[in-house]
Amino acid sequence: MNFKHKYMFLLPGLLVLLGILIFPIGFTVRLSLSSWDSFFPGLDFIGLENYVRLFTDDARFWESFQRLSFLSITTVFLQYILGFSLALMVWKEIVFQRFFRVLFLIPMMTTPVIMTVIWKTVFHESLGPVNDFFSLFGMTPLWLSSEGLSKVTVIIVEVWQWTPFMFLLLLAGLLSLPKEPFLAASIDGAGPIRKFVYVTFPLMAPISIGAIIIRLIEASKIMDTVYVLTSGGPGTSSETSSFYIFIKGLREFQFGYSAALSLTYLIIMIISLTVIAKMLVKLMIRS
Amino acid sequence: MHTFYVTLKYTAVTLWSMFVIAPFLWALSTSFKDFNSVTSGATYIPWVDFEPTLEGWRVLLRSPAQGGVNIVEPYLNSIFVTCFASLISIALGTLAAYALSRFTFKAGFIRNDDITFFFISQRIMPPVVLAIPFFIMLGKLGLLDTLFGLVMVYVVLLMPIAVWIMVDFFNKVPIEIDETALIDGCNPYQAFYKVVLPNSIPGMVVAGLFCMIFGWTDFFFAFILTFTEVQLLPVAIVSLNSSITPWWSLSAAALVSVAPLIVVAFIVERYLSKGNLSGALK
Repeated sequence: MNFKHKYMFLLPGLLVLLGILIFPIGFTVRLSLSSWDSFFPGLDFIGLENYVRLFTDDARFWESFQRLSFLSITTVFLQYILGFSLALMVWKEIVFQRFFRVLFLIPMMTTPVIMTVIWKTVFHESLGPVNDFFSLFGMTPLWLSSEGLSKVTVIIVEVWQWTPFMFLLLLAGLLSLPKEPFLAASIDGAGPIRKFVYVTFPLMAPISIGAIIIRLIEASKIMDTVYVLTSGGPGTSSETSSFYIFIKGLREFQFGYSAALSLTYLIIMIISLTVIAKMLVKLMIRS
Repeated sequence: MHTFYVTLKYTAVTLWSMFVIAPFLWALSTSFKDFNSVTSGATYIPWVDFEPTLEGWRVLLRSPAQGGVNIVEPYLNSIFVTCFASLISIALGTLAAYALSRFTFKAGFIRNDDITFFFISQRIMPPVVLAIPFFIMLGKLGLLDTLFGLVMVYVVLLMPIAVWIMVDFFNKVPIEIDETALIDGCNPYQAFYKVVLPNSIPGMVVAGLFCMIFGWTDFFFAFILTFTEVQLLPVAIVSLNSSITPWWSLSAAALVSVAPLIVVAFIVERYLSKGNLSGALK
């Protein structure tokens, strides 16, 4: 089916998106070639100087990027394992099935930044319930202000918030699976574990890949949680790329430099997500 | 062996439920506390551990002049921006998704998949990248600190989600439906409007729910692009978190902000059980 009016369907959406985005993107490219900061606001032209600085003289950006990779890969991995397990558990017969399904969805419906404020009180080092519990054993872990643990706290909050998203996509996938392969496996006398390894998991591979990629995209933007929980601290030990760009751009007002950071970051993200997607496809669909 | 699995299953489900509920229970308990019961260490049960007060909840309804925080207006603003932006995104997203699913586009090296990827790739962009140019652009257009400006920005955030869900959805709607309508003498617009659209309501509901979730939960753009005239709920709540953090009103406000989306959770589950979601989400 093909006709000349096909553009009437596509263009409204495409043009609105392009119309709103063309200025921001074009402006960011232009901005990245200028030295606009709070002292000299203006669009001068300094060529690739910002990019040279970024690649030769900004360890902090690359550290924040490593940290982001670590945080997003860890959280998405945990979310996948937990989300998949939970989806499997409420997939088949279980009492209060609807109750559990709704309950497991709720965290993703809450505003991350607001729930993080609540989590911050939960992990409060002297007044929160978590340390109230640990004090029974004479310990006071510094959930928010020690270098190692602040990352753990960020991971816990992210897992709480976004496992439901993984759960939703995977449960929707499980519910759409055909029945025949399971019947065949039962006839062959396969137990639950063999059924999972040889039937469920392979059938779920495409859905899993989709879910992981979507979560990786969203997780790489992690920012609200860090902003509220630790503000990137202590020092820069929980700072992620988005948060670093935020500091450079909207705290130190180095607009030109932060634009260069943004574009570099964007290109790295697009390339690495494409590579990860290809790798996952190879890994999960062996045959 | 079977009992072992069942025990394992119920233990795991119970543990996870407790993890999910814990922060809400803590917030509920905290919302009835006052300064003294917060600063004297962690307390849990009202009347036993501390003397409950309604101060945290009252503050939310009092006007700022009387030392309260008005969250009614931000609440309405949030509902307006979320719904309006979702509607625009779904309308435009559905049209575009229909085109991408049914027709073939070719322009140089660009194919349908590339256009779909262009839509979806907008989600890769971290909000920070767009925040500064949006700030300058809305400033130039005089839309900074207005609801309309926010709607415009949110459409960019939400349309990719609508396109993503609807392309998958239309790919599963058999093309014969369109063809039958065309043979019956409809022009392509009528075929879309009279036949395809009524069949795609489940997909649009799912897309709408997702748009609402992501619109309602956004914080960053609302935080950067509005100041005093227009405040959205998350910004209003986080701004409570100033010099001395009032844990009680913060908790009350957080619970209030979660409430409408619990309804959304029920609707999502409904669709999930009926199997409509599985078609629309993949």
